[in-house]
Amino acid sequence: MTSTAANPGRAAIAVRPGQRRARRRRLLVVFGMLAPALLGLAIFFVYPLLASVYYSFTSFNLLSDPVWIGLRNYQYLFTQDPNVGTAALNTLWFVAIMVPVKLAFAFAIAGLLARARRSNGVWRTLFYLPALVPPVASVVAFVFLFNPGTGPVNLILSWFGISQGPLWFNDPNLSKPSLLILAVWVMGDVMIIFLAGLLDVPRELYEASSLDGANGAQKLRFVTLPAMVPVLVFSLVTGVIAALQYFTEASVASAVASGQATVGGGGSLVAGYPDESLLTYTQWLYERGFSDFQLGYASALAVLLFVVASLCLVFLLRKVKAFMPEESSL
Amino acid sequence: MTTIVNAEVLLGETQPQKPRRRRAQKPLAWIAEHIVLVALAVLFLAPVLFVFLTSVMTTNQTLTATILPNPWTWANYLDAFQKVPLLRWFGNSAFYAVGSTVLMLLSSIPAAYVLSRIRFRGASIIFVAIIVAMLLPPQVTAVPVYVMWSKLGLTGSLLPLILPNALGDAFSIFLLRQFFLTIPKEYSDAARIDGNGEWGVLVRVILPMAKPGIAATAIFMFFASWNDYYGPLLYTSENPQRWPVAYGLATFRSIHGTNWGLTMAITMLVLVPVVVIFFFAQKVFVEGITLTGVKG
Repeated sequence: MTSTAANPGRAAIAVRPGQRRARRRRLLVVFGMLAPALLGLAIFFVYPLLASVYYSFTSFNLLSDPVWIGLRNYQYLFTQDPNVGTAALNTLWFVAIMVPVKLAFAFAIAGLLARARRSNGVWRTLFYLPALVPPVASVVAFVFLFNPGTGPVNLILSWFGISQGPLWFNDPNLSKPSLLILAVWVMGDVMIIFLAGLLDVPRELYEASSLDGANGAQKLRFVTLPAMVPVLVFSLVTGVIAALQYFTEASVASAVASGQATVGGGGSLVAGYPDESLLTYTQWLYERGFSDFQLGYASALAVLLFVVASLCLVFLLRKVKAFMPEESSL
Repeated sequence: MTTIVNAEVLLGETQPQKPRRRRAQKPLAWIAEHIVLVALAVLFLAPVLFVFLTSVMTTNQTLTATILPNPWTWANYLDAFQKVPLLRWFGNSAFYAVGSTVLMLLSSIPAAYVLSRIRFRGASIIFVAIIVAMLLPPQVTAVPVYVMWSKLGLTGSLLPLILPNALGDAFSIFLLRQFFLTIPKEYSDAARIDGNGEWGVLVRVILPMAKPGIAATAIFMFFASWNDYYGPLLYTSENPQRWPVAYGLATFRSIHGTNWGLTMAITMLVLVPVVVIFFFAQKVFVEGITLTGVKG
């Protein structure tokens, strides 16, 4: 490539007559290529975001027009709602405990695989496979496996002399840890990202640190972790954002473990079973919005979720270079 | 900088130039590591094995605490098709997943091309908006979007979940852009000098070179719709005719009580398409996952 061709899009056009028309045509083409996505952003992102804020100041049930009620939804949310505190705490549990445990586990397995290089194609596939299982299927399977009466887990525990096994998904104290086990089982996505990161750490660094007499722990602390910081931050923040919207696993676990129908959205009976221990924030939002059709109040809950998620997002956007619009390193 | 190159190393398909001798590792450590790996592997495979074993048990046996099926029966798999509208669920899932994927590709590839190849004022604002749209919880915008679809009379169908993909999917645009950026600019520049317009460059240069990336993005979209539970719950829960298989499975156990054998048979069947696609497209798939975790 000669240097004159470095920017042909502009340079070539600049010398020709009629350049203006050509540029305008090109701009039109470019805009046409982008138009559907722009329209999508406007209709499915910008508008609903603004509309959510508006609805949150109204009383609205879909049958009649929204009625402005000022801050009443927020007042109810922060002072009276009997379940929002429980729901927020449950979600916080998934954010603060499930995400770090899952990442730590993924990191450990990726570390093991990165060391056992020779056969890691098969190993990697094996540890990745559970992540492929559709979430609904994996939850149904886990509720069965941990089913206190007939499930294999308690049966195996009984071989070790534990005749009265835990109630797992039916015990309010163990339902969240049971979902934690499930989350660890499906850690494959994160593991693959970590594995790629680990194999990307220059081997020379390890060799140099060996020469300096570093032991395994020191290598982890001074070579591996610093090189992995960007990958870890990315996975942590996207994991937190995913945990803030934790819905499917908790909702299906409640429905299946309780053995009650949730058909037709009349799920209030089982939401959070057992004892609201699995009632996450987004489930509460769903219940109020789409079971009770209190859309104004659900919008207030959504706005609060938006504020919290945005704080995480701002952090992420500043830390992760791939999310910067100008990516010079590629 | 992306780690896409490493995906090949990961897959063990490109051997290092010099056959690397196993590091002078202590055999004890090697054995210990492999014992841990094998133990973990057993734990990771056990759930699927137990699910399968239960799916070939008789209903009576699933009510007792046993592990090995006795007698072995395939009746649950027959029942899955005869007593449960499984084929309709599969059809709905296929409609949802294929429709979403096709529309997404048509709308998102040109957008990703523009964002990866053309500098213009406002590009960075659009890109940041796409990142935010991709990461924000869908529940934040769920109420107004639902109101919109209900005014159009389309709730109770899968269309509210499929049609938006005709207007671009944020995650797909992001992922495609990352793939397109790995194609050297010289190729597209050369094509422009040869007299190609933007569509020409996209169709003749970028599409052929980005096939793996496009395949990975398509598979992600397909899986996301195939596995989706929240969307169908929101829009189709009142209309069993339109349930996709993920939603049907979740409600099935609630309706049919304690029939674990049948439930596990359906669970196995839901897995089949996903696993088949994964094994056919393992390479591009792993590259795709690696690229979603772009390094900072």
